[in-house]
Amino acid sequence: MPKIPLWDLPELPKNQLPPHLYLQKTRVFCNNDAPTHTENIHYSGAYAALGVDNSLRLDEFRKNFKVKVIKLNEEDMEFDLIGIDASIANAFRRILISELPTMAIEKVLVANSSSVVQDEVLAQRLGLVPIKVDPRLFDYMSENDVPNQKNSIVFKLHYKCDRGSGERRTVYSHDLKWLPFGSEYVLPTESSSDSTSKPKTYTSFTSSQDSLPEFANNPITVTPGIIISKLGPGQEIELEAHAVKGVGKTHAKWSPVATSWYRMLPEVILLQDIEDDDAHKLVKKCPVNVFDIEDVGRERATVARPRSCTLCRECIREPGWEEKVALRRVKDHFIFTIESTGALPPEVLFTEAVKILEDKCERVITELS
Amino acid sequence: MEHGSYQDQSASTFSLADEDHTLANSLRFTLNQDPRVALCGYSIPHPSEARVNIRVQTTGDPANEVLKDSCQDLMLICQHVRSTFDQAVVDFKNNNGAENQ
Repeated sequence: MPKIPLWDLPELPKNQLPPHLYLQKTRVFCNNDAPTHTENIHYSGAYAALGVDNSLRLDEFRKNFKVKVIKLNEEDMEFDLIGIDASIANAFRRILISELPTMAIEKVLVANSSSVVQDEVLAQRLGLVPIKVDPRLFDYMSENDVPNQKNSIVFKLHYKCDRGSGERRTVYSHDLKWLPFGSEYVLPTESSSDSTSKPKTYTSFTSSQDSLPEFANNPITVTPGIIISKLGPGQEIELEAHAVKGVGKTHAKWSPVATSWYRMLPEVILLQDIEDDDAHKLVKKCPVNVFDIEDVGRERATVARPRSCTLCRECIREPGWEEKVALRRVKDHFIFTIESTGALPPEVLFTEAVKILEDKCERVITELS
Repeated sequence: MEHGSYQDQSASTFSLADEDHTLANSLRFTLNQDPRVALCGYSIPHPSEARVNIRVQTTGDPANEVLKDSCQDLMLICQHVRSTFDQAVVDFKNNNGAENQ
């Protein structure tokens, strides 16, 4: 690059970074050997020497922040969060995975289990079955609480494989039957005391759950089709499963998402015009088909699908290509994906996650004042 | 819980129980973006103890006021994210409904 005297440099507009610093601040450079400029520059006075303010102003944030929904159905969701810092996007992701409550089976009372699956393995498998119910309708059960209709859901599983049939039978998750009245098993100590009053069971429901308006025409079910065990001829499983509310950091079975992740938007820039043979070479190099060829008198390569770029760097591997193609990531553009397990739709999960972060801030504020 | 001195309130360490990187890293971001903050950082003293220490040193203002304001900022950011997100979901559902017809 030719040397330019300082006084010949063009005047920069006030409160704006010079282009190369702006690029370093907002992009990760994916070079052939290693990515550079991966850090985020948070400090408000980072560019004070240049007369540029790096502090956060909420009106600026409000102006620049955008959400774009790409895909949405009952289970999955993909959306773009534009104009937010990684630390906050990561907070949402962490909350989604480990701090949003759901209901999951915690206690299994086994009356009879003659299958080859051991009781503890069976209980573990049952625990992981997602229960399709809104956890906001239930309370947490603390150590001294008795299980009642506000903090527990009870399921029954009774499955038998007849000896005569000679076939093996598969027990699925949808064989779990919801018991809106609570446990049917009588506590052993209570059974002999007096026979007149209703015998005490493992739960103390004061009313039936299906009398609640939310469950009246909407019985609680679990995700169907999950294999729980297989029974040989003459084997039987009879048990009750008690589900309670919990969060993912205690055990992954309470996580409301299969997983949730984000990636920064890939940016593919052609630094020079790539034409004819080189264009065909470039299209062939890319395993995910990012490039296309347009015909403008000559054949010229274009970046048609930058979003599908995985930054595998195959296109810049050969010598000489790094000068032609630049691979970058946009630091404040997140492609966020949520895969729900079915308890709540993904868009509700995200708003709940944001609410939890708000609650955390509020807690700190009240603690400080 | 705050650890600091009465003479100089511009520097303090705040020890938050039952919190982790989720809140601490977001707060570090909003704190660093505040021009009144000279230095801030956080640490988790031991991985099996649910606790973070957030260090705030300011250019003169009381550190706990600055931390409170940063929490407020983070809350406002969250509220804006939530309303923008809800609007985007509604728009997406409306558009898709129109396309399906």
